[in-house]
Amino acid sequence: MSEKKSAERVDFNELKTGGFIKQNQKDLFTVRLRVPGGRLDVDKMSKIAAVAKKYSKMGYCHLSFRQSVEIIGVHIDDFDAAVKELAAFGQPIASCGPRIRVPTACGGNEYNPNGVMDAQKKALEVDKVLFGTKCPHKFKISFSACPIDCARTRGMDLGFQGVVDPNYEDDPCTGCTLCEKACLEGAIVSDEDGKPVFDREKCVFCGDCIKACPTDAWTPKRKGWAVRAGGKHGRHPRKADNIMLFLPDEKVLDYISKTVEWYNANGERGERIGTTFDRVGVEKYKEEVAGLFGDS
Amino acid sequence: MSENVADEKIDLRGVLCPINFVKTKLKLEMMEDGQVLEIALDDGEPMRNVPRSIKEEGHKVVAVEKVDDGYKIFVKKS
Repeated sequence: MSEKKSAERVDFNELKTGGFIKQNQKDLFTVRLRVPGGRLDVDKMSKIAAVAKKYSKMGYCHLSFRQSVEIIGVHIDDFDAAVKELAAFGQPIASCGPRIRVPTACGGNEYNPNGVMDAQKKALEVDKVLFGTKCPHKFKISFSACPIDCARTRGMDLGFQGVVDPNYEDDPCTGCTLCEKACLEGAIVSDEDGKPVFDREKCVFCGDCIKACPTDAWTPKRKGWAVRAGGKHGRHPRKADNIMLFLPDEKVLDYISKTVEWYNANGERGERIGTTFDRVGVEKYKEEVAGLFGDS
Repeated sequence: MSENVADEKIDLRGVLCPINFVKTKLKLEMMEDGQVLEIALDDGEPMRNVPRSIKEEGHKVVAVEKVDDGYKIFVKKS
């Protein structure tokens, strides 16, 4: 197909940020929607289903690894119409290429008892403000509400994982030892009276002791986000570096902005931020970015 | 020989999570506010999960006793 002819068939401005992926089948494309944190309003879900039913030549959707719905087998001639119908009820298309991608997140702390921080809310905020920001290569962000880390923050360019710092007061403690039972890390051992002896070095800040304590002898001192950066999967996976602990919730957007500024200044085109760390040293990043936000 | 007094008892040794919690919940639903339920639990997962879930439901663990093959916890319904 000539360029002129194809220009008539699809609006290439729509394609610039991606979300439109070539398939094996001639003239069929995957339309990737933008679903931050993987949370879908049920009304929206049924409207997406209606659009998919109308335009998928293959009769199915796929859930992408970044939690978004992909409509499989959309004909190139139908692309504009499908995008317009999705936009009519506020459903945008996702992105490809060297920019901030749709943030992913676990269920958060609204309904999951393990949740420490509101991962869903943060993913929505980041998507709203920073989605599509240009950088040297793709940039993936995720949020896990607790240290179980279902959102795999160690495999992200930038990952945030909820943490809570436990504080112990002796007075309310009855020596029941439930906190020792609750702690999977061996960070709490009971003495002869059943009172906890806390080893902070072993603590992963999940807050299980706080949740288990029947008398509120354990309470949250502070909550925030553990920050990890430089992770990726793919052909050559790299585990993220631990950058800092207890980044305050309200600093997350600023932290991401400063990180992307740093990445744009230090990263080479086509290089993930983890590769930049390996080249210039993660310490440089820690000093120049994490340093602005205090230490843990 | 227990120093703690219970109005009702339930033995959940050998019962897996979360069935042990569900049985606890159903038992508590049949009791009056302020009454105490004695629950026998295995060490490990049950002791890690059940007391915490009881707290989340708004009841209070008032005592914990180590017994030979597990634990007894005393829960006040509220």
